Amino acid sequence: MDDAATYGAPPAVGSDRLRAVARNAFPFVVVGAIWEIVARSGMFPRQLFPTIEDIARSFVDLTVSGILPHHAIETVFRLLGGFGLAAIVGVSIGVLMGRSRRAEDIILPLVSILAPIPGLAYAPLFLLWFGPGEVSAVLLVAFVSMFAIIFNSWTGVKAVKEIWLRSAMAMGADDRRTFRHVILPAALPYILTGLRLGLAQAWRILVAVEMLAAVPWGLGWLIFGAREFLNTDAMMAGIVVIALIGLGLEKYVFQKIEDYTVVRWGMMESMG
Amino acid sequence: MTDSAQRRRTLIRGLLSIAAAAAFYQAVSMAGLFPKVLLPPIPVVLTTLWGMLADGTMLQHAGATLYRVLIGFGLAIAVGTPIGIAMARFKAVENFFLPLVSALMPIPSFSLVPLFMLWFGIGNVTTILIVFYAATFPMLFNTWTGVRSVNPLWLRAAGAMGADERRLFWKVIVPGASPFIITGMRQAFLRSWIAVVGAEMIAASDFGLGWVIFDSKEFLQTDIMMASLVVIGVIGYVFERLVFGSIERATVYRWGMVRMAKG
Amino acid sequence: MLPIEISSVSLIYDTPGGKVPGVKDVSINIDASEFVCIVGPSGCGKSTLLNIVAGFLTPAAGEIRIGGKAVTGHGMDRGVVFQDFAQLFPWRTALGNVTFGLEMKGVAKREREEIAREQLRLVKLEKFTASYPHHLSGGMQQRVAIARALAYNPAVLLMDEPFAALDALTRDDMQRLLADVWRETRKTVIYVTHNVAEAVYLADRVIVMSPHPGTVKADIRIPLTRPRDPLSAEFLDWQKILLRQLGHEPGGDETHKSNGKATT
Repeated sequence: MDDAATYGAPPAVGSDRLRAVARNAFPFVVVGAIWEIVARSGMFPRQLFPTIEDIARSFVDLTVSGILPHHAIETVFRLLGGFGLAAIVGVSIGVLMGRSRRAEDIILPLVSILAPIPGLAYAPLFLLWFGPGEVSAVLLVAFVSMFAIIFNSWTGVKAVKEIWLRSAMAMGADDRRTFRHVILPAALPYILTGLRLGLAQAWRILVAVEMLAAVPWGLGWLIFGAREFLNTDAMMAGIVVIALIGLGLEKYVFQKIEDYTVVRWGMMESMG
Repeated sequence: MTDSAQRRRTLIRGLLSIAAAAAFYQAVSMAGLFPKVLLPPIPVVLTTLWGMLADGTMLQHAGATLYRVLIGFGLAIAVGTPIGIAMARFKAVENFFLPLVSALMPIPSFSLVPLFMLWFGIGNVTTILIVFYAATFPMLFNTWTGVRSVNPLWLRAAGAMGADERRLFWKVIVPGASPFIITGMRQAFLRSWIAVVGAEMIAASDFGLGWVIFDSKEFLQTDIMMASLVVIGVIGYVFERLVFGSIERATVYRWGMVRMAKG
Repeated sequence: MLPIEISSVSLIYDTPGGKVPGVKDVSINIDASEFVCIVGPSGCGKSTLLNIVAGFLTPAAGEIRIGGKAVTGHGMDRGVVFQDFAQLFPWRTALGNVTFGLEMKGVAKREREEIAREQLRLVKLEKFTASYPHHLSGGMQQRVAIARALAYNPAVLLMDEPFAALDALTRDDMQRLLADVWRETRKTVIYVTHNVAEAVYLADRVIVMSPHPGTVKADIRIPLTRPRDPLSAEFLDWQKILLRQLGHEPGGDETHKSNGKATT
C-alpha cells in the first residue's frame, strides 16, 4: 500500500483499486446469483433455503434489536477468556520445558498423550465434571488451544541460537537477564506462531462448544437454537458474523502484532 | 554426560511421570472426594475398553467414524488438490477462487452443522460433508502454495531437456510441490479427525466414536467415555505418525526436501 | 589495557569416536595493547583456544591470566566478535545491540546511548543507529558487532575470523577499519584467522599453530611499520614466511587456488 501511495499517480491508484475490488467481488456475485436462483426456483422450501434478501433482512433485524451483537460479544469474551488462559498456561509450560531438561522429560510424555485426541472429544467429560455452562466452555477452549502454544513455545526456546547466548554472556548478562533480553525475544516468532495456531483452534471449536455446553448466549448457541424453529435466515446471519470475527482476528490482531515485532526485526516474513 | 545415558534418563523420567500421573488419578478416584461415576478408576476404564473391543461394539463405532472421515477426507483431496493446482497455474482461476476461499476459510466447520442438519438430516451425509468442508481448505491452500513455490529453475531445466507440458506437470510440478501437498494432507486429516468427532456428537445417530462419547454423558458412563477417548487418540496417532510419517519418509525426506511447508 | 598469559593450556574433546585432543600444552604471552593473530589450518585448535580465553570452554589443564588475574568463565574484561553475522540480536537496532553490555552493567540509558553512538561513529555507522540488523549488509553487521564488543570498554578484544564470511573488497575495508580502531583504542587483541595476508596486515605478532593435536608451531614478530602496504615487497615476503610455516611452498598457495577454480 505504501508503495502504491509513493510511486503511483492518484487517479491510477483509484482505478487500480476499483479493479481489484471488482475482481474480488466477482466470484461472490456469481455464487450469490446461483444461490438466489436456487432459492427462488422453489426447488427447496423457502424456510430451509432462504433468499439473500431474507438473510440480509434477518441480519439487519437481529442487529438492530441488539440480539446478534449480544451473542457475538458473549462469544468473543468466551474466546478471549479461554484463549487468554491457554496463552498464560501454555507459554509458561512451553518455556519451562525449553529451559529445563527435567521439566521437559516430565511434561512431554503427558502432553503427548493428551494432545492427539481432538479437543472436542473431551467436551462431555468436562460437562460432567464442571457442569453445563460457562466454566466448562471456557476451560474446554483453553484446554484445546493450549497444546499448540506449549509445543511452539517449547520449540522456540530450544531453537534460540547458541551464538546469541554466548554474545549475551560475554557482555555480562546473568541468567535472569539472558532470559528476558535474549531467550524471550529470540523465541518470540515461535511463540507467536503458537498463539496464532492456538487462537485458530480455539475459534474453530468454540462454536461447537457453545452448542454442546448449553450456554445462554453465544453465536454457536444462536445458530443451534435457530434450527429448532427452522430460522435458517437467522442461522445464516450468525454464520456471517462468525466468518467476520474469524477474519478480523486473523487480519487485525495477529498480523498487527507480528508486523510490529518479529517482521520488523526481520525474523519472519509478513503474512499480509 | 553421554548421549545414551541422557536418553535413558529421559525415558525413565517420562515413565515415572506417566506412572505418577496415573497413580494420582487413581488415588483421587479411590478417595471418594468426587462421585466415583465421574472419575472411574483406571482398571474399570480398561475393563470397559476390553469388553467393548471384545464384543465388537467399539469396532463398530470406530468403523462408522473411520468410514465418515475417510470418505470426507477423500472427497476433500479429490476437490481441493485440482482446484489448488489450477489456481496456481491459471491466473483467472486464482482470481475467482481466492476471494471465496479467504471468505469461507475462517468459518469453523462446526458452525455449519445445524444448517446441514436441517438440509440433510442427522447421520452420515451431514457428518461426511462437515469433514469434507473442514479438510478441503488446508488441502487446497497447501497445494496452491506448493505449486507456486516450485523452483522455476527446475521448470527451465526440464524444458531445456525437452519435457512437454504434460510431462512437466507430472514429472516436475507434482513432485516439486509434494512437500506442501503432503503437509496439506496431514493438516487436512487432522482437521477431519477433529471435525468428525464434533459432528458426530451434534449430528450423528446410533454409531460413531463421537456419538458414543456424547451419548454416554446422558447415562454418566464415564468409563465408556474414557475408553472411547483412548481409541480416538490411538487412531489419530496411528494416522498422524504411521501413515503420514511413512509417506513423508518415503518421499520428501528421502529427496532431502526438508518440510518447507511446516505449520 | 591488560596483558594475557596463556600457560600450558590443554583441552580434550569428548566425541562419539573417543577422546580427541583439541589443544595441547599451549603457552603464549601477550603484552598489553599487542595485536596477536593466530593462524593455522582448520582443526589446529585456534578457535578452541580463543573460546578458552573467552571463558566459553574450560581447559583440562593449564591456566589463563588476564592482567595477572586467573580467568574463570566469561567476564566483562573481554569483548568477543564471532564470524557468524547472526551474532547480533535481530530484535534490537544497531544502537540497541551496542548498548546491551552497558545495560547489563547498569549504565543509565542516556549515558549508554551516548557511548554506543560514539562506538558506532568509530566504526563509521553513525547514520545507521536506528537500523535493525537485517537491513544492514554483512560488513555493516560485523562493524556493529565490533562496536558492541568495544562498547563496555573491555581491556581485551577476542575475534574469531570476524571477516571470513565477507567478500574480498569488503574484507579489505574492514581490515583497514579494524587497524584504525585498534590504533585509537589500544586494546589487547587476539585475532583468529586462516588468511595469511590478513595476519600480516593486522598483527604485531603471528602465532602459527599446527593440528592433531593443536600446538604452537611458530611465533613470528611482524616488524613492518603501520599503516602497512599489502602490495609492498616486504609485505609479500612476510606472507611467504608464514606460508612456509604452514607447509605451503612459496607461490604454492597461488597454484592451489587456481587449481581449485579450474575444478569447480
